[in-house]
Amino acid sequence: MPKHMKRALLLLVAFAMLPTLLYGCTEGAETSSGDPTTAQSGELPKNGNSVTVGIANDLDSLDPHTATSAGTTEVLFNLFEGLVKASPNGEIIPAVASDYTVSDDALTYTFTLREGVTFHNGAPVTMEDVLYSLERCRGSENDGTPLVTVFGNISNLKAEGNQLILTLNQPSLEFIYSMTAAIIPAGSGQTITSNPVGTGPFQFVSYAPQDNMVMKKYDGYWNQEKAAHLDQVTFRIFTDANALVLSLQGGTLDLAIHQSSSTASTLENNFTIHQDTMKLVQALYINNAVKPFDDLRVRQAMYYAINVPEIIDFVSDGSGRATGTSMYPAREKYFVEELATAYQQDIDKAKELLADAGYPNGFEMTITVPSNYTPHVRTSEIIAQQLQEVGITAKVELVEWGSWVKDIYRGRDFEGTVCAIAAEDMTAQEMLERYVTDHRKNFISFSNQEYDQVVNTALTTLDEKEQVAQYKRAQEILNEQAASLWIQDLCDLVVMSRNLDGFTFYSTYVLDMSTIYYK
Amino acid sequence: MKKRNWYLTVGGFLTLTMVAYILVGVFWTPYNPSAINGADRYAPPSFLHPFGCDHLGRDIFSRTLEGASSTLTIAVAVLAVGFIFGLIIGALCGYYGGSADALIMRLCDTVTAFPSILLALVVIAIIGRGKYNIIAALGVLFIPSFSRLVRGEFLKQRDRDYVKSAKLMGVSNLRIIFIHILPNTWPVLLSGLTIGFNNAVLSEASMSYLGIGVSPSEPSLGYMLSDAQSVLFNAPWYTAFPALVVILLILGVGLIGEGIRSQMGVAS
Repeated sequence: MPKHMKRALLLLVAFAMLPTLLYGCTEGAETSSGDPTTAQSGELPKNGNSVTVGIANDLDSLDPHTATSAGTTEVLFNLFEGLVKASPNGEIIPAVASDYTVSDDALTYTFTLREGVTFHNGAPVTMEDVLYSLERCRGSENDGTPLVTVFGNISNLKAEGNQLILTLNQPSLEFIYSMTAAIIPAGSGQTITSNPVGTGPFQFVSYAPQDNMVMKKYDGYWNQEKAAHLDQVTFRIFTDANALVLSLQGGTLDLAIHQSSSTASTLENNFTIHQDTMKLVQALYINNAVKPFDDLRVRQAMYYAINVPEIIDFVSDGSGRATGTSMYPAREKYFVEELATAYQQDIDKAKELLADAGYPNGFEMTITVPSNYTPHVRTSEIIAQQLQEVGITAKVELVEWGSWVKDIYRGRDFEGTVCAIAAEDMTAQEMLERYVTDHRKNFISFSNQEYDQVVNTALTTLDEKEQVAQYKRAQEILNEQAASLWIQDLCDLVVMSRNLDGFTFYSTYVLDMSTIYYK
Repeated sequence: MKKRNWYLTVGGFLTLTMVAYILVGVFWTPYNPSAINGADRYAPPSFLHPFGCDHLGRDIFSRTLEGASSTLTIAVAVLAVGFIFGLIIGALCGYYGGSADALIMRLCDTVTAFPSILLALVVIAIIGRGKYNIIAALGVLFIPSFSRLVRGEFLKQRDRDYVKSAKLMGVSNLRIIFIHILPNTWPVLLSGLTIGFNNAVLSEASMSYLGIGVSPSEPSLGYMLSDAQSVLFNAPWYTAFPALVVILLILGVGLIGEGIRSQMGVAS
């Protein structure tokens, strides 16, 4: 046998042994860390110790005002707080402000600064810091474009003693949800990306791009009742989903979120699995500006060609929830149940619509998918197969996350892409305003006059019922127009070490590490 | 009586089997390799699905049939590109020598200095994905090793008496290179080819495994392996069968290479 073959064989054997070795390790680790059956979940949370969390993509920025991806904001939630913050059930609770009031005309918001709140560097939060942070969100440090889009609506910010008075141009009931914008020390805008300082329960320790981010408990947190239990949390970045699973199996990770059902089934023997939905909308987002997708009939035909329940069965083991529009079921107030089933698979109808549009034999298209998200890759494979039945040949192309954000989300250079859109706050505005014709986040280039009007009415009305009704109408338009093939709110599985407890699901895209503790 | 060449027999048998397997896959697969079927998710091997089913309920047997043929096509094409260019460059360099030879060989050294997958990654990043781009990228990377092999053989042969007498008789250089010398280098070149083939198969599989190979909508052995590794313990057949196909494919050809060497009496 030649040398290279021997070497290859040796390597092969070594690889075959690897999983067994790792597997052995996990089992050993579990027995040494105590018998899990004796741990009662009713016990008081213990403080101390550290965990390592696996996350699927790198942080795009440590600056809370400019970070765009949901995977980043859910991590930064632990470091920063706004005047108010989101509670697990999606309501707004006071944070850096101790109280707030909204005037009847929804034009003036008054916040009272809480006493005794300190930044991670020990300095107390002053009105100067608050004004600086909000001005920064309004665009004071760049060319004037607001970093948080809705901040464009602010006409005036002024401080009176420990009160902040904020006036808007257009009345808005939902503006309070945007006040979760992080409060940072005055003048720290230049250093925030290298040394993020906030007021959250955890403080920043270090960040190694593409590898990890470490944070530790902030002892001076203003709300000692809700202070973190863990001393240290390390986020490890895995751009390869399989590597993440292997690390869980190998025992180097204690917690991973957003796992698929197939992953969970391989881990259920050694981990606790919690199930929820992800609070986002997964869809085959279609570029409405390019041919042939600028034709309503083509988009509808595609929607009739796919089988949403089947996709949910495959990708989420049946536990995802169909959305039918850009809103997820967890937002009961706005969600329109009937839209989820408005398009049932109907091959004949799809073919008819395609023929009407001038594509009786279908066409070829490319679906571009970020390769680090297994559920999206799977979904695109299934969709490609389903579209085949009406003659549409869809080619799936994998791209790396960075180039997805750059070319597809920002550059809008695509035909179709499977991804998921999450909201940063609990407003319907977050999920719906983005499809207004010239909105900068409207990456599918959807353009519909009626939609623009409806959303505008919803944004400015002072009547809450009217607002809900308008938002529902907006969702109907997105569905009727098949602006994209809305699929599901993915099933979200949290895989957590048996020794941990206290995981809290939020109705927004948040990973709150402060509630987690060792049993 | 001559001792039987077991390498050649076993290798030939394995290779023929695999070629037959792949040929069958071109014309017939028991199921549509991309047809998804919810009822059969991770179905274990059975009479209906001899290799079991994957996460989308697709028949793994059908997928390996199709995947192996795409792997084989790419490997053969890569080999053809690498070998033809390598042969021409190596033959000319080895026969003529001189400063051009030195320059080209240093260039080859530079290319070989990079890990081949890394270089392929860079090339793919620049020219984009797709079957033909992979063939081009890998093919170029295979040129230096073949050039070096061919050049070495030509260096050995060019001062032999038969070459000298051909020269004296006024035979043209090109004729000497391709008609006189080349046939004498076949034993070494053939076993080099088999090694090259194995490397090409493995490179293609690794590229797909890393997610930079052919599109995931086409079945590919490497992509199947990458999909399968997260369910290694739950659905071992998903890993086992695609891996087995890769192993048999390269083992057969590898044994043939070994057989040729011992048959022709070339030291390994």
